[in-house]
Amino acid sequence: MADTASLRLSPTQKKRAKDIFSSPIASAAAIVIAVLWTIPTFSLLVTSIRPETDINSSGWWTFFANPNVSFENYEKVLFVGTGVNPPMFQYFFNSLAVTIPAVIFPITLAVFAAYALAWFDFKGRDAIFFTIFALQVVPLQLTLVPLLQLFSQGLVIGGVTLIPSLGITGTYIPIWIAHTIFGLPLAIFLLHNFLRQIPRELIEAGRVDGANWFTMFTKIVLPLSIPAIASFLIFQFLWVWNDLLVGLTFGAGSKSVAPMTVRLAEMVGTRGSGWEVLTAGAFVSIVVPLIVFFALQRYFVRGLLAGSVKG
Amino acid sequence: MRGSVWDVIGPNLTLLVISLAAFAAVIYALFLIGSRASVRWQGWLRYGVFLGPALLLLLVGLIYPALRTIWLSFMDKRSENFIGFDNYIWAFTIPEIQIVLRNTVLWVIFVPIVSTLIGLAIAYMTDRMKRASVVKSLIFMPMAISFVGASVIWGFMYNFEPNEDKVEIGLLNAILRGVGIEPRNFLLEAPGNTFFLIAVLIWIQTGFAMVILSAAMKNVPDEIVEAAMLDGASNWRRFVRVTLPMIRGTVVVVLTTITIGTLKVFDIVRTMTGGNFQTNVIANEMYAQSFRQLNYGQGSALAVILFLGVVPIIWYNVRQLRLERTER
Repeated sequence: MADTASLRLSPTQKKRAKDIFSSPIASAAAIVIAVLWTIPTFSLLVTSIRPETDINSSGWWTFFANPNVSFENYEKVLFVGTGVNPPMFQYFFNSLAVTIPAVIFPITLAVFAAYALAWFDFKGRDAIFFTIFALQVVPLQLTLVPLLQLFSQGLVIGGVTLIPSLGITGTYIPIWIAHTIFGLPLAIFLLHNFLRQIPRELIEAGRVDGANWFTMFTKIVLPLSIPAIASFLIFQFLWVWNDLLVGLTFGAGSKSVAPMTVRLAEMVGTRGSGWEVLTAGAFVSIVVPLIVFFALQRYFVRGLLAGSVKG
Repeated sequence: MRGSVWDVIGPNLTLLVISLAAFAAVIYALFLIGSRASVRWQGWLRYGVFLGPALLLLLVGLIYPALRTIWLSFMDKRSENFIGFDNYIWAFTIPEIQIVLRNTVLWVIFVPIVSTLIGLAIAYMTDRMKRASVVKSLIFMPMAISFVGASVIWGFMYNFEPNEDKVEIGLLNAILRGVGIEPRNFLLEAPGNTFFLIAVLIWIQTGFAMVILSAAMKNVPDEIVEAAMLDGASNWRRFVRVTLPMIRGTVVVVLTTITIGTLKVFDIVRTMTGGNFQTNVIANEMYAQSFRQLNYGQGSALAVILFLGVVPIIWYNVRQLRLERTER
């Protein structure tokens, strides 16, 4: 390779040199790594559609010599509960019910705050912005115990009740609020960076036209920020859907609000959950994010590139 | 059974719909009031509507709890008596917790470095490759899988059959047996088991590193790369002398981002070994102390130790952001 490059190159030679640098060895190596990376997930999918006896008596790779397909595992895990445990179907609904508001609430509040921080002029604006930026990486663990107590007992300082006990423990509400709080710093930071790029003339023209801060938001700012919102939406969706810690802590151990991740983790720890239910259950829980991921990968990558620190 | 499922889902669905409707109604009403208010009123109202909710939530839900956790870490089990640094002394002197701290250090060293190295290698290999997007998608895919899901996937890969007469159904042990090596219980034997858990997070994070680094490499101007080629630089030299220095900033961002995520790793350890067999880490022990032992003092101290781990990163990030802002 070195001797082709030591010559002065004409455009066609340059192009050829470029092709050489996309060397077949490197490409082959990349393909091999990609295949290795996919095997674990692939084995889960294959196993989940094999009959129980096959799974336990032969490796999943023998499926291709002896393709024996069965959807019994899915039927069992989705619609048949075990003893006190409801079927996965109910947890699937819980995951949806947890995720939808836990995505909508923080994005809405974050667009508002980002708009204010980007376009309102007031003292202390930078201080607030830097604080929010720093809050992004504060570990959730640092807030769990007091936040949970806040939900169950309210907030009383020196005998004065600042926030009463709300009686919402065991519903979705604490999970929604917790996810909203934890999602806000990153959302505000990303959207703020985006909203600041709106040309100042556009905002000033709006002011001159007599549009007030509220109509300006709905008429100018919101339509312009749709791409940034889309990026963060996918981010927050994957984050909430895949979360275990928040669901476990703020679900208060209630089976009627626990998301799928909580149930799946519980199944792993239970004797008697064989691979036939575990693989099918795991696939049910990862299929939605996988669809979202493959369909909207472009936006997801954009979101990642815009700001890649999350607490 | 199906009937009882709907008994639970019914009220839950009602709560969901009502909550979403209430949220929308409140915001609609605020905008209606805001857009009709007099100019003077609006000057104040806009702070309350746009900035107020987020700031209030962050203050009550993040800043106050964080400060309170720091305070609780100096209190006893039930948060009744002030006991000074006892919880921290406990954390650093009890052998069990020392293993927890050691494991967390192992995670924080290996996950960011190995993921970034592999991500860097793949990004470079695919930089000028045709149809690289399929390859990249496959390596990136684990990012969409939950840590719990990944734990099931890898639990199956690591599966060990104690009965020698039965076949190995876990791929790794089947390979070991195939080449004549004694199969092993990957998750049982310390200290190797921690590394097999670390491998799971590396599997997830490599795609992240690759995507970010690959985007940075695309920004390296073609002329510079071509100039290096003209000078006869080999692929390796071109990488070390040209590409790497130009994307150094991004490499640091990737390393710090993965470090923060790794510090808080909890799901993988909890799901795969439950923290047993000497695989425990701070985040899992913090959860166990706070919510199983109900020892808020020790749990909080562990949370604060975790926080101290990210403080240098916060400081560094804020400094970088300030520099960027003054440059503009």
